Amino acid sequence: MSSEINMIRSRRFFLMGMSALICGAPGAMATEANDAKEAFLKSSFETGIPMSKVLWLTKNLKPQVKKILKHAYPALRVRYWQNGTRTAWVLDEIGKYKPITVGIVVQDGAIERLKVLTYRESHGWEVRHDFFTRQFIGARLPKPHKLDRKVDGISGATLSVRALKKLAILALFLDQKVQKQ
Amino acid sequence: MTSLRKVLLGGAALALAMHPLSALADTATPDMAEMWRVIQAQQAEIDRLRGELVGTRAQAVETRETLETTVQHVEAVADAVETSSASGGDGWWNKTSLGGYGELHYEGGAKDQIDFHRFVLFVGHEFTDNIRFHSEIELEHAIAGNGKVGEFELEQAYLEMDVGKNAQVFGGVSLIPVGIINETHEPPTFYGVERNAVEKNIIPATWWEGGIGARGNIGNTGFSWDAMFSSGLNLNANNGYKIRSGRNKVGKAEFNSQAYSARLGYSGILGISLAASIYYQPDVTQGVGDTITGGDVSATLFTVSADTRFNGFGLRALYSHWNLDGADVNLTGRDKQSGFYLEPSYKFSLPMGDLLPDAQFGVFYRYSDWDNNAGLNNQSGQHRNVFGANFWPIEDIVFKIDYISESKESGGPTKNSVNLGLGYQF
Repeated sequence: MSSEINMIRSRRFFLMGMSALICGAPGAMATEANDAKEAFLKSSFETGIPMSKVLWLTKNLKPQVKKILKHAYPALRVRYWQNGTRTAWVLDEIGKYKPITVGIVVQDGAIERLKVLTYRESHGWEVRHDFFTRQFIGARLPKPHKLDRKVDGISGATLSVRALKKLAILALFLDQKVQKQ
Repeated sequence: MTSLRKVLLGGAALALAMHPLSALADTATPDMAEMWRVIQAQQAEIDRLRGELVGTRAQAVETRETLETTVQHVEAVADAVETSSASGGDGWWNKTSLGGYGELHYEGGAKDQIDFHRFVLFVGHEFTDNIRFHSEIELEHAIAGNGKVGEFELEQAYLEMDVGKNAQVFGGVSLIPVGIINETHEPPTFYGVERNAVEKNIIPATWWEGGIGARGNIGNTGFSWDAMFSSGLNLNANNGYKIRSGRNKVGKAEFNSQAYSARLGYSGILGISLAASIYYQPDVTQGVGDTITGGDVSATLFTVSADTRFNGFGLRALYSHWNLDGADVNLTGRDKQSGFYLEPSYKFSLPMGDLLPDAQFGVFYRYSDWDNNAGLNNQSGQHRNVFGANFWPIEDIVFKIDYISESKESGGPTKNSVNLGLGYQF
């Protein structure tokens, strides 16, 4: 008898859980992403956020960007913010299923700051932590498309780690291009 | 204004220079009529140049406006193209993702077989920014059907919703949150041709059930948690209470006794991932009861694991232990089933020029010890020593070789084999 009662309770719990899953309200993720971007830029430029610029991915740049990302960049231009030899980039790359938005500041050709602004995957969230992102601080691009250091991975977060590595390389590469302009 | 004066003076000088009477300046002073005629000619030239200047200025303004409009048009086209390529409209094709993995094995020794062990496809779909679907379909041993060696299985099919920034709830068929490889088992992510024996025979990976659950992480502390309420195992005297034989696989599965799973993980330090999990099921006989007492046979699984990496060095360690509570199962010795393994490894870059600039190579050793009859002290345990190497030409492809030596506590022949593997993920 007690087993039957338990079973009924369990099923009720199961149905309540499924209802909660189906009826849950969607969050304001786009607003959060924009807020995170603004906050990142504000804290990256002491004298105020400079006007954004765009770097067009010309036919010369496209293949190089594709080599870094291992796929074509999903836009025609990349937006950036520049103050002298300091540039800031807000870039997206898919982890396993969803894009991870990362803010990267490059100063004199080296990464000064790398921060995960929006993480949308349900696994691999450890890449958001400082203990992981601080590995990129000071990283340069001495060889085309290769960081000057080894970045240790995280168990179970292979694809997210890979996404952040690609974005770090891409930011350094694009910084080199705009500094030459 | 300054430039206008310069133009006017220049124009007057030019007009004078070009006038035929200017040549007379050296010889005779022109009379008033002649002067008047010259001045009129100069004025006409000035008016003409002024007109040209106004026209040029208007053209410049028009050109600048056209340029600005063109820039705006280009930006608008770029925005439209980017938006279009980013969203693809509302088509399902832009919200649906495909992935997968596979592994081909050659098993040496007495088996001497080649086997496409697993062919797996993932299909995912994003309904909204925070509600998604994920599935995993697997064909094992290349061929499935009545009397065939393989199986065609649905290992995952669940809906998931984000609840805030740090948590998700899900419902459907999902993997039990336990151990190291039950949830992450793509061939490039582990050493050895076959998965380790402890997680196969004790946990039993790959282990999935139908139900609901939630998971999340606790801010930036490095701690994460999982909880699941699901269908459970179906163990009885017929399958000898052997854990692996009790998987229902959510195919018209008994739902008389449900299971509760929970895990606490910690990965707040670079290279360290620790986890402890528990699984509890009030009655693994699914209502049939103990064959001696008729009562429920409860089961509890405790698992702790560590997965560490630092500068290429790695260490995986796992201990897992079952307690089954029943008179019948006590007699078989399967009231306790447990095992552990240790796996040190070392991985390093092996770049092969422009051809394979990201190639890597790794070596490992794994010691596994497990016993599905640990309740009886009858030397029923088994040991497996494995050592070998993985070669990753790129991160998503792996070639494997290993040597296995397996023995039983009770003695008897040792099984040895050399095995080869090829795996991929995408």
